[in-house]
Amino acid sequence: MGVALSILDHMERVGDVEWVLAPHDGMLVAGRIYADVESIGQLRGEAADPKGWSALRQLKNVASLPGIVAPALALPDVHPGYGFPIGGVGAFDLDSGVVVVGGVGFDINCGVRLLRTPLHRGDVAPDIDRIAADLYRAVPAGLGSKGALCLSTKEIDRVLREGAPYVVRLGNGIGSDLEYTEENGHVDGAEPDAVSALAKQRQFQQVGTLGSGNHYLEVQIVEEILEPKAARAFGLTATQVVVSVHTGSRALGHQIGQDSLREMASACEKYGIRIPDQEMVCAPVRSPEGQRYLAAVACGANCAFANRQAITHLVRTSLARSCGIAPETIQTVYDIGHNHVRIEAHEIGGVVRRLLVHRKGSTRAFGPGRSDVPPAYRQVGHPTLVGGTMGTASYVMHGTSAGMGLAFGSGIHGAGRALSRNQAIKQFRSDAILSDLAAKGIRLLAHDQRGIAEEAPGAYKDVDSVVRAAVAAGINVPVARLRPLAVIKG
Amino acid sequence: MPFVYLDHAADLAIRAWGSNIGEAFAEAALAMFSKMVRTDRVEPRIPRDYTLQADSLRGLLVAWLAALLVPKDLESLVFSRFDVDVRAIELGFELRGRALGETLDPERHEPSGEVKGITYLGLDVRKAAGVWYAEFVADV
Repeated sequence: MGVALSILDHMERVGDVEWVLAPHDGMLVAGRIYADVESIGQLRGEAADPKGWSALRQLKNVASLPGIVAPALALPDVHPGYGFPIGGVGAFDLDSGVVVVGGVGFDINCGVRLLRTPLHRGDVAPDIDRIAADLYRAVPAGLGSKGALCLSTKEIDRVLREGAPYVVRLGNGIGSDLEYTEENGHVDGAEPDAVSALAKQRQFQQVGTLGSGNHYLEVQIVEEILEPKAARAFGLTATQVVVSVHTGSRALGHQIGQDSLREMASACEKYGIRIPDQEMVCAPVRSPEGQRYLAAVACGANCAFANRQAITHLVRTSLARSCGIAPETIQTVYDIGHNHVRIEAHEIGGVVRRLLVHRKGSTRAFGPGRSDVPPAYRQVGHPTLVGGTMGTASYVMHGTSAGMGLAFGSGIHGAGRALSRNQAIKQFRSDAILSDLAAKGIRLLAHDQRGIAEEAPGAYKDVDSVVRAAVAAGINVPVARLRPLAVIKG
Repeated sequence: MPFVYLDHAADLAIRAWGSNIGEAFAEAALAMFSKMVRTDRVEPRIPRDYTLQADSLRGLLVAWLAALLVPKDLESLVFSRFDVDVRAIELGFELRGRALGETLDPERHEPSGEVKGITYLGLDVRKAAGVWYAEFVADV
């Protein structure tokens, strides 16, 4: 019996949307998967092909790493990544555990910022083409784009050390942007000396650029309020115009990731860590290599917060100009990352422990009462932002108290891909997608015309069913459904 | 075309091949840039030379591809032609390579997506039936 068969033999359904991968073959803990039957079918299909990429095998690999303290988790948007599965969460002991490059990825602290406006559908619908065109011009995007902020070496170091607050101090934002950004837009422990000169050089012209691929900027309408109390706290009302910005740490994060893979491969050998696959290269948390990586990742995280802050300023200026509203009436609802590793306090077996939590393609979703949730949101938990696809809904959700125990306070981050880019190109045509979107009243402005098919709505799982699974699992609660009016892609 | 794109849900998986390691590495680079730009429209006018060492062929492949990603950010350079020579040295392998390209022109080169980095997933350099294969997954 091959590996592919044996892994499926260890899967057991333990709830409506909960499955356990029992420890076997070197796993130190179980794997726990929150997903609907359809997604499980997809996971099984991948795993049955021993030559294919399998999110389930990646989950098994995470559960095999030293110092993992509780089941490795896969959330409902799970699909194969590299290292961790996307939609994966893994928590490690600070003394005996490891930090894993593949648990963060190349796009460090990639995430979404949601802005609310005082506008409603009727205020923008007649003028949406002009509004979208202005945003398209205002926000640099696509390969080779340059940001409005051209920084010196010293300034780059301040971005890395200080994050979004530095960008606000330069005049690109308002104080409440920081209040409603995860970690106030700045994570501790950032050490610019842990980042290579090359990584910094690659970033000089990229602060305030959107990037490409699945990164986007969307003008959206709040289509439906699903949880009124939380929606009130988040300042969201039906038909309101909001803007979502999805981007990350750009070239700086990419180079940190690339540098770190090589350093961690050496560290693995140096410390004699037996990893289940080369993609899982890691270092002990307490080792110099592990500490250096964490210091570099904190820089990448700060850079991503700074980038979304710089783009927020561009969006605010553009929208205020094209819609004739005061810039400060465009406010940050929340900014949340979905590729990161952080030290957090969690209760395990009745004991509160400080753990190193990796979230790859998953967000924090801290429930009510936590001190790290902004006071205005503390009764409900902070918002989580779930990106849809170009043609479908996005969701604002929040975490739950139960989710703190079930999933280290984690949430889904998007629909999750169902088809590879290769398959998507074969199945979809860009012009057909554009006309489908137009028929739904959605404008698409893309710097990258060839990539439209790769990001076809049909290449993703149904975001509604992913959200339903997260709700059924008890980890996230939907607050509002957003529908795109205009999509700007890199 | 001596490379193919394989199916990976989120990222870009590539298998390239050639009659020697250098050819396979050159095709791997062409496959990577063909994802980002219309390489058939990128004039091979500006050269950049690389000398890289690694203790394994897999490590050398990652180093080569990762190095080629840097000029797009520093100089807006994209490449379309690659000449690569790989030889064994005392502590591993050495690559001497030249990449030729030009400044990115979005109108002409129709950029599509961006390779963020070269992962260790499925990373492989091997010889089978007289053909050298280079396989890798890039985060896009």
